[in-house]
Amino acid sequence: MNNNSGENMKPVIFVENLTKVFGKFTAVNSISFEVNKGEIFGFLGANGAGKTTAMKMLCGLLKPTSGRGSVAGFDITREPERVKANIGYMSQRFSLYDDLRVWENFRLFGGIYGLKEREISQTTERMLHELGFTQERNTMVKSLPAGWKQKLAFSVAIIHNPGIVFLDEPTGGVDPKARRQFWELIYDAAERGITIFVTTHYMDEAEYCSRVSIMKDGAIDALDTPANLKLKYGAKSMDEVFYQLANSKR
Amino acid sequence: MFRFLLEKEFKQIARNRFLPKLILVYPVVMMILMPWAANLDVKDIRLCVVDNDNSTYSRRLTQKASGSEYFKEAIYLESYNEAISTIERGECDIILEIPSDFEKDLVNGVNRELSISSNAVDGMRGSIAASYLAGVVNDFSAELIESKIVNRGSSAAITAAMPSSIEIVSLSKYNPSMDYKLFMVPGLIVIIITIIGGFLPALNIVSEKEAGTIEQINVTPVRKITFIFSKLIPYWVIGFIILTNTLILAKLLYGIVPVGSIFEFYLLSFLFLIVVSGLGLVISNNSRTMQQAMFVMFFFMLVMILLSGLFTPVSSMPIWAQVINSINPMKYFTEIMRMVFLKGSGLADLYKHIFIMFGFAGAFSLWAVLSYRKNS
Repeated sequence: MNNNSGENMKPVIFVENLTKVFGKFTAVNSISFEVNKGEIFGFLGANGAGKTTAMKMLCGLLKPTSGRGSVAGFDITREPERVKANIGYMSQRFSLYDDLRVWENFRLFGGIYGLKEREISQTTERMLHELGFTQERNTMVKSLPAGWKQKLAFSVAIIHNPGIVFLDEPTGGVDPKARRQFWELIYDAAERGITIFVTTHYMDEAEYCSRVSIMKDGAIDALDTPANLKLKYGAKSMDEVFYQLANSKR
Repeated sequence: MFRFLLEKEFKQIARNRFLPKLILVYPVVMMILMPWAANLDVKDIRLCVVDNDNSTYSRRLTQKASGSEYFKEAIYLESYNEAISTIERGECDIILEIPSDFEKDLVNGVNRELSISSNAVDGMRGSIAASYLAGVVNDFSAELIESKIVNRGSSAAITAAMPSSIEIVSLSKYNPSMDYKLFMVPGLIVIIITIIGGFLPALNIVSEKEAGTIEQINVTPVRKITFIFSKLIPYWVIGFIILTNTLILAKLLYGIVPVGSIFEFYLLSFLFLIVVSGLGLVISNNSRTMQQAMFVMFFFMLVMILLSGLFTPVSSMPIWAQVINSINPMKYFTEIMRMVFLKGSGLADLYKHIFIMFGFAGAFSLWAVLSYRKNS
């Protein structure tokens, strides 16, 4: 893995005691961490552990109950719209426009992020080429297979070349071959300097990350490189690490 | 940024299987059918006659009533009780009872009273039918005087509740022939604009919530006002198409053209469109599901339409209803449409209404923008 454990790193995501309470339920309980530029940061945890809630706070979709955080140098509570201009986001649920063609989705989001007409068409061509989608330029998005939709959603999320991209279970419900292709896209983006913040339930994918955090009941229980975590828990794989953590304190 | 969003909205509407058809067909169907169906003219009244006299005069009177365009061929019955039971069975609307010795007393100059009993279950129809029948009796009495068959004293006695010496002639200004269609068509345009211009936006944003696409928008730096206006403008354009279509249909089908200026018609309709589409988006922004948006919109629409004066005059509503009505944009728009269509009121007469409509339009647009939340 292209480990970024060098010294010239600066945090692009900085979170301190971030908390979100819905009524009586504490979804995210005072989490603190940093993510460095260029990292592929794996954000793991069981269903309902609070991953999506935490991610939505970082993206400016949810207001934190308390605590603070900054993303790409902007405060998530005070300047959510400036955060938004500097990040890409791919939701757990496919959320591009089904009734628009592939190129029209590129055009729409390129336009929303303020790209010029020329930049939009150039970027669209490049991305269609990289995805191997040149034949599908005019296809309605609703008729694409699931794996293709995910790849398209990822490309649209980084059309404005953001500093950070947030991916919420990007490979959910996708076949193994398409998952591998998807991770190739992630690596390409990381090589171009985009910081990746990704949640997943696939532990083989966790192995691909620079560092991973494991969340449980709204709190972060472990945070380190996959190699160090395996060492610490005396496990052979990330799968085992995850099980041990999930079963602890019960 | 705005251009791209607007482009997307138009594409989505054009590609929808249902919307373009609805937008084109709905106003046409409404304009063709409703002026005939939603009609308050009272016709084909079923008259029941109890003739206790059975004389030449009594028959002349009943034939006169039967011959009127408002009444169907009369049914003749022996007794008042029989007649009442036909009303109870719903077979008759009104009873005319002629007393015995009616002719004899008329000739001898004795005052006689006729009895008119009408079914008031539908109060409006009942009272209109009774006044038509009274009119027939008045005419009959006038004929008798003219032909000097009876002397003045007794003829006055049979005129139902109205002295024959004073004749009331009412002239309906602005709609002299009391053509119900002329009254109804401007009101229909109000309804069509409200339904298309209000319901479609109400379903729009909430459908993006259900599809999940709104999240991808909310995570972009798009400005609220940009997003909301990209939603509103397509409905304004659609509204203009519909207004033009209804205007053409009103002319072709009923020969109805606004007496006032076309410019006023478009200006004020446009303001009203801004109001209803803004209301629609406010509801959409505050709803979680399309079902919820639909029901809330329906609730407001129904209240607004019933209070608007489209069907019953605002002036005869109780004070509290009139007070509520002062914040009902539809009430103002209904007045405006009738003023423009029937009276031909100019800008000088309408300035108050224009001012109020501008106020509503600004308030609802602002509310639509403010009620849109990019985070929770």
